[in-house]
Amino acid sequence: MKNDEFIVARIEEAIQESKDSKTFILPNALNSRPGQFVMLWLPGAGEKPISISGEKNGKFSVTVCAVGPVSKAMYKLKKGDKLGFRGPFGTHYTIPKDSTSIAVVGGGYGSAPLAYLSEVAIAQGKKVYFIEGARNKARLLFAERMKKAGAEVLLSTDDGSEGIKGYSTDVLKNLLKTHKIDKVFTCGPEIMMKKVAEISQKFKIKCEISMERYMKCGIGLCGQCAVDELGICLCKEGPILPGEKALSLKEFGSYRRDSTGKKVEW
Amino acid sequence: MLKTELAGVKLQNPTVLASGIRGVTGASLVHMAKEGAGAVTTKSISLKERKGHPNPVILTFEAGIVNAVGLSNPGAEEALPEIEYAVKNAKVPVIASIFASTITEFGKVAEIVSKANPQLIEVNISCPNVEDEFGRPFACDPGISTVVIQKIKKVTKIPVFAKLTPNTARIGEIAKAAEKGGADGITAINTVGPGMLINIEAAKPILSNKVGGISGPAIKPIALKCVYEIHKSTSLPIIGTGGVTTGRDAVEMIMAGASAVGIASGVYYRGPGIFKSVTEEIQKFMEAEGYRSIKEMRGIAHEE
Repeated sequence: MKNDEFIVARIEEAIQESKDSKTFILPNALNSRPGQFVMLWLPGAGEKPISISGEKNGKFSVTVCAVGPVSKAMYKLKKGDKLGFRGPFGTHYTIPKDSTSIAVVGGGYGSAPLAYLSEVAIAQGKKVYFIEGARNKARLLFAERMKKAGAEVLLSTDDGSEGIKGYSTDVLKNLLKTHKIDKVFTCGPEIMMKKVAEISQKFKIKCEISMERYMKCGIGLCGQCAVDELGICLCKEGPILPGEKALSLKEFGSYRRDSTGKKVEW
Repeated sequence: MLKTELAGVKLQNPTVLASGIRGVTGASLVHMAKEGAGAVTTKSISLKERKGHPNPVILTFEAGIVNAVGLSNPGAEEALPEIEYAVKNAKVPVIASIFASTITEFGKVAEIVSKANPQLIEVNISCPNVEDEFGRPFACDPGISTVVIQKIKKVTKIPVFAKLTPNTARIGEIAKAAEKGGADGITAINTVGPGMLINIEAAKPILSNKVGGISGPAIKPIALKCVYEIHKSTSLPIIGTGGVTTGRDAVEMIMAGASAVGIASGVYYRGPGIFKSVTEEIQKFMEAEGYRSIKEMRGIAHEE
């Protein structure tokens, strides 16, 4: 019978990614696709949905940023510590077979699944433009890893401490004006993703976004991550959605629901 | 052939989305109605907002699901527009599920949700996850069950179903007590237990609440027995709920005495398409066996 029990494993490697984020490599194969997530469980601390930031050779990784109480406890973990997971869950990004160039736009902590996607795309021989925006240099994730992997890395920071001073969406606009891009992928703050989806639509380029909502079960039961007005659950029919579908959702970039189901404005 | 009725409320097919599953928002309920549910039930609503328990709250195991969501909800006033949205758009009956910690509060919540005009109100007097707070005194005491239903019947004209717990040896008696209070029907059963799951590598219970209600295929025999007992002790319509994932399960429930069949954990096993699949499977069975109506099959297992 169908069962998605937790597997608890020991962290094989803990890599410091930025001042407040770490990548944990776990010795398990998930058969995941970029964009999918796992429910990560630290016994005694709690459980969080988190994007898979890479998978190869029978191992997968997640990148944890110390934000709330649970992720702060997870962030403190070291090599050899135990961490539980169930999944992979949800929809994934799709790289078109006939594409030659793709652009990914990550904001803040959203870059993790895009790093995974970029590595897969590069392995398929695609040209990848890795656009990343953050508040400042210290908050940029994966830029070095992406350069090494062979992506063209285009950075922006709010304070100009790295790359151009400004927004990643401006970087995307300039890229689309000057280069032939087959598809755009994004993950990050919802307002940013909404802009990315709108820009892609304007340039008539396909786009996929990653939409996140408060999740409890991760398996399409509790209905906590249902979105207006399609009523679909993002743990099953998301998090990855075509840009047009996301733009058709009344609440995309506008509001979300908290753990009680109450509406909260972005 | 598949039509059924719950206290005068007509359903096109006997499948009902049970409370607690995909029922947080109005749009989600409408989505389940479009997937084929004959009626849809909201997540249980209380007077004031409740945060519920922290994750992990829902877990699967080899024979079912254990959950301790903890009755999270935004409170009756905040939930009202969601119920209204569902009533306006679902095109199938909407059941508003309510719970409270006192008899007075039950009355207040019933009054508020009635403003949205749901076709039925389901009174959850039986959630095991917050037992000491809410469940036990109501669900296991026939006298109090009567009073709770009486109170609600006074403030609303909408038919009232009492949702009962299997965690009592006297479920038939409780059903009778609810009937005495004026209940128009019974929903049975709520989750079983509570139970517990332990991860041995972590050497800890997995749920943050440690214990949670058990649902899914593991509880079907218990649900069938309870529905059978209730049908024996009252003639009220029953929404038979607990471990139904196939048309065969649904027919078993109907033969035990149910007029409609709740589906909850089944959404995990077969996706939202389960409502349509179960309905088709019931129809195929009826055709093969020569049954012409749900009514004809109802309670047939009681015949000597």
